[in-house]
Amino acid sequence: MKTTPDSRQHGLATWALIAILAATAGATFLTLMLYQNIVARKAEATKDVFRVVEVSDETVDPAIWGKNYPRQYDSYRRTVDTERTNHGGSEAFQHLDKDPVWRRLFAGYAFAVDYREERGHAYMLIDQRETERVKNFKQPGACLQCHASAVDTYRKEGIKAGIPAGKEHWEEQIQKGFEVVCAMPYSEATKLVEHPVSCIDCHDAETMNLRVNRPGFLNGIRALANSDYPTPHLPSIERWRKDGRKGRYEPNSDATRQEMRSMVCAQCHVEYYFKGDKKLVTYPWDKGLKVEQIETYYNEVGHTDFKNKESGAPILKAQHPEFEMWSQGIHARSGVACADCHMPYVREGAIKVSNHHVRSPLLNVAQACQSCHRIPEQEIKARALLVQDRNAALLTRGEAAVVGLLDAIALAQKAGATDDQLKTARDLHRKAQWRLDFVAAENSMGFHAPQEAARILAEAIDYARQGEIAVAKETRPAGGGAVAGALK
Amino acid sequence: MTLPPPRTRMLLLVAIAATLGLFAGLGGYTFTYAHGLSYFSNDPTACVNCHIMREQFDGWLKGPHHAVATCNDCHTPHSFIPKYLSKAENGFWHSKGFTLQDFHEPIIIRKRNIAVLQENCVSCHQQIVDGINTHPGDPQKMLDCLHCHREVGHGPMK
Repeated sequence: MKTTPDSRQHGLATWALIAILAATAGATFLTLMLYQNIVARKAEATKDVFRVVEVSDETVDPAIWGKNYPRQYDSYRRTVDTERTNHGGSEAFQHLDKDPVWRRLFAGYAFAVDYREERGHAYMLIDQRETERVKNFKQPGACLQCHASAVDTYRKEGIKAGIPAGKEHWEEQIQKGFEVVCAMPYSEATKLVEHPVSCIDCHDAETMNLRVNRPGFLNGIRALANSDYPTPHLPSIERWRKDGRKGRYEPNSDATRQEMRSMVCAQCHVEYYFKGDKKLVTYPWDKGLKVEQIETYYNEVGHTDFKNKESGAPILKAQHPEFEMWSQGIHARSGVACADCHMPYVREGAIKVSNHHVRSPLLNVAQACQSCHRIPEQEIKARALLVQDRNAALLTRGEAAVVGLLDAIALAQKAGATDDQLKTARDLHRKAQWRLDFVAAENSMGFHAPQEAARILAEAIDYARQGEIAVAKETRPAGGGAVAGALK
Repeated sequence: MTLPPPRTRMLLLVAIAATLGLFAGLGGYTFTYAHGLSYFSNDPTACVNCHIMREQFDGWLKGPHHAVATCNDCHTPHSFIPKYLSKAENGFWHSKGFTLQDFHEPIIIRKRNIAVLQENCVSCHQQIVDGINTHPGDPQKMLDCLHCHREVGHGPMK
């Protein structure tokens, strides 16, 4: 059959109509997709909690909570990730190999054997069970307060020890159980727990409100409230004091939600020691949160962590005073909580979720910093790294200074210096290393309070050098020695 | 091209009419369901239709400008055509971002919209800022109101 011009035109018109039909159908299809998307977003906005299972204050397993709060649970599980920033990270490298001076600074203490970097929250219990410090040294059950989700264990042990069951006795139960478990040998106590930090450690099962329940923290924050240490960054404490310090300071009812967003972290990210024979985990906050106030507290109660094998000085080992250091910084003073930077809000569809993948803000600058600092990510990161680089440089100098003092004392001992002659130098070693370690052990490489970290390190260096001078003075030969002789 | 034209065409026309009707109906329904008309209004709650702006909206409720200015007063040009052009452009980016979930978090205002904002600050506060408002209209040299007064619109930061 032959195509005439007429029939060709018919054909073209037909195809044009088919094209229009296809386009309209396509547009309709897309409109339906858009409609479906809007429906989904609207639904997301109204339903962000799913009541699949019942959780209670006895539900320790986070996977069960995860059924009701899948978004939070998903990010919580990501704390298994290992990532490095310039000065920190979450893989278990050995500090002692990276920075061997610490073998000498910790000589005579378990940390000289194993000082591995801590991994993410997911590993806190596993890592503790595996460290040489626990495997080769006798440790108490006290360690569990922070390395496990232990509150339910405390409650059960408390009831076993004679505190009446029932919610009204909840705090008595956990305080009693805490005493019992702290005093147990670690090997026995660790069998009582199963999970690392879990939902129950920060949240009330019924209301999902933030809640603090670690006995060490409850006692510590009350000691702080009872002191006269100014706490402008914790307004509820100031308020409680102003109202006449009636009854007990109760963080769970007195503190604001924003304060709680730091306090739940401060349950563990603090300086502490094991008090007395019962090894009760205690936060040394009776005089305040500053490095020298904590030192005064330790001096008064006569606490020493170990004797340095080389210098014979009584040394304090700093733990990880993040809460104390944050308290000295501009972020705390401006009302910024731990969770604002370490668990910033993320949007999932139409709803806002607090990111439970707790990690360095440097790995997530946009969400962690930019909601307040509206400047380019690169610039924010550069500023943070500058702070950390400066702190790291000062820290290295501090290490050299304290090691210098260690050398001087060790040398003088070899030359026959008496304990009497070395008393001042050893005291200065204690003071210097306490300050050095306070910054070194704190997780932030100085960022939580740059000026305070620099002040502390400057003091560490000064005390170390003063110590060297003290050694020189005490061991100078009669008649003044070379220098004094030259001056004659 | 051997189809019998008249009958096919008739069929196609009917099919097109049907799909066009379906498109119009579904489109209209989607538009209504999404509160499409509200975007032509001056009502600030329209801006929280899509949930992303909740924080900004909450901030505005508590901010000092709450009593005198709505979203549009600060964020869209005041004359009719530029206003609707701006609404159309921003509306497009908002819908695209929210539908495809591919926007920067936290949301940060674009340069173009900052210029609009600045113009609107001056437009209301002309009398007060006249003396200090150097280089009006020059975004490079003009004093930036927001640099110091960031909290007036959306309330206190943290």
